[in-house]
Amino acid sequence: MLATPFFTRSDRIFGRVNAILLAVFAILAIYPVIYVLSVSMSSGEAVTAGRVFLLPVNLDFSAYSRVFEDKLFWTSYANTFFYTVFGTVASLFFIIPSAYALSKHRLRGRRLIGFFIAFTMWFQAGMIPFYLNISNLGLIDSRWGIVIAFACNAFNIILMRNYFESISQSFEEAARMDGANDLQILWKVYIPLSKPAIATVTLLCVIARWNGYFWSMVLLRHEDKIPLQVYLKKMIVEVNLSEEFSGAVMAHSYSVETIVGAIIVMSIIPVLLVYPVVQKYFTKGVMLGGVKE
Amino acid sequence: MEEKLANMASEPAPFVMRLRGAWRGLVKDLRRDYLLYLMLLPTLVWFIVFLYMPMGGLQLAFKQYSAWKGIDGSPWVGFAHFVSLFQSDQFLRAIGNTLIISGYSILLAFPVPILLALMINEVQSQGYRKAVQTIVYLPHFISVVIVAGIVVAFLSPTTGVINNVLEIFGFDRVYFLTRPEWFRSIFIGSGIWKEAGFDSIVFLAAIMSINPALYESAQVDGASRWQMMTRITLPCIVPTIAVLLVIRLGRVLEVGFEYIILLYQPSTFQTADVISTYIYRQGLQGARYDLATAAGVFNAVVALVLVLIANRLSRRITRTGVF
Repeated sequence: MLATPFFTRSDRIFGRVNAILLAVFAILAIYPVIYVLSVSMSSGEAVTAGRVFLLPVNLDFSAYSRVFEDKLFWTSYANTFFYTVFGTVASLFFIIPSAYALSKHRLRGRRLIGFFIAFTMWFQAGMIPFYLNISNLGLIDSRWGIVIAFACNAFNIILMRNYFESISQSFEEAARMDGANDLQILWKVYIPLSKPAIATVTLLCVIARWNGYFWSMVLLRHEDKIPLQVYLKKMIVEVNLSEEFSGAVMAHSYSVETIVGAIIVMSIIPVLLVYPVVQKYFTKGVMLGGVKE
Repeated sequence: MEEKLANMASEPAPFVMRLRGAWRGLVKDLRRDYLLYLMLLPTLVWFIVFLYMPMGGLQLAFKQYSAWKGIDGSPWVGFAHFVSLFQSDQFLRAIGNTLIISGYSILLAFPVPILLALMINEVQSQGYRKAVQTIVYLPHFISVVIVAGIVVAFLSPTTGVINNVLEIFGFDRVYFLTRPEWFRSIFIGSGIWKEAGFDSIVFLAAIMSINPALYESAQVDGASRWQMMTRITLPCIVPTIAVLLVIRLGRVLEVGFEYIILLYQPSTFQTADVISTYIYRQGLQGARYDLATAAGVFNAVVALVLVLIANRLSRRITRTGVF
């Protein structure tokens, strides 16, 4: 930040206090994750006795093998991959071409169409009419319903459009000289030039799909279609409160807590794997979204 | 005089011609840009089917819903649902809870990312800075279901770490999640944990765009780092803070209900039940579609007005506030 760090004594103290306080913040941010990780790898007996604070006590992986035995866990894991992959592809299919069209000032009715899309950021019919509409469309308990009904939103289109608008007109003009049409210009010129924005939108979609649970919980009826988050909700919120389940695990070295911990860890791992990439683009994405409107 | 008459007589012709010209121009443009319209088509259809068609269902707010008559065939009841909503203690409680939870979170959660951004900005070592950022942004990417799971595990009356610590210090164990007086603290606290780091990005970006010359001249004048932070950095990001605060105030009715429904239970409804969770319970769980839609309409209309006011204000701030 400063070209010539010329610090007095009080400046150095300030710097040190600041660094220590930030360390405290960082520890607070990461501790819950470490705690759950440690719980998942401890023996149920140590967790129940309240001996786990930071590191695993009596290292024990039986909770994981118990989770891996559950067929529903794998089904929901596979379902989440399905919804994430197809949902994201569907989103890009809707978002990119329409954002390109809206970025062209020569488009007749551009303002009107832009308003038609942006209006939904300020006003939507709400939960019940949305649900009844989905029901009328026959998309209750439908995998493809989940994929399509949540594929698009105004924010991502505007973000993408803003980026396309920032690309110099001369690229398009040069391509047009060579006889390219709009589809070819989008595919061969704009998409290669817009990798950061496309990456941002892709990651927004992937994270939203991976983490979303509410509408899947409401709309899907059969267990074999639910995504991981709905499975997690069942296990964490419902199992944790049911007595019978805790009775059933008494005879084993895992407990309800270690099982829940193991499920949480298994669902965070993919997020942690892509996190470095995600972080890079998300910081950019926050800026892109804030450029206009 | 004669000239004027002649002009008037000849006026229709140019007008028709202009109209024809405009029509031809439109046809020409549409033909030229048909690919652009083709690209827009799927998205427009999507918006109509999934976001505009449900708006027809808003009439439910003024109807007595009957499943076999359908939305269109159900009889009108005027404002009856709104009247019963405002006579229901539960709904009034939900409005109150929404405002209280939002109010507290603006008061307590809004300043944290600003503080965090100021502190991160003061770190000299690039490596340390990167490490802190990587860690504090992380919880943003964890789903609300997992956050709720972590909260449940943390606060568990029998095995949770918080209660274990309480016991060590000789306090009684508390089943926090069943206690209405604890719900808001838990909700707002875990919300800060999840979002404060990530929300600091916007403020950091604002700090990055401050003119370095300001710091250089302050340094020449012998300002300390504390002084530079409080007299340069902070004042320079006030416009950003103001805009975000106004936007946040405009969204006062939006509370993370997807998160609340994971954490609340009947024993904590009195402090935890907000408008959107009320709609969810009445509508999706209780199948009282008409009443829940009425609550939704009330919510959406008030929210729309607030957001429009907020937009006006923030535009005024950005016009007059920046530099």
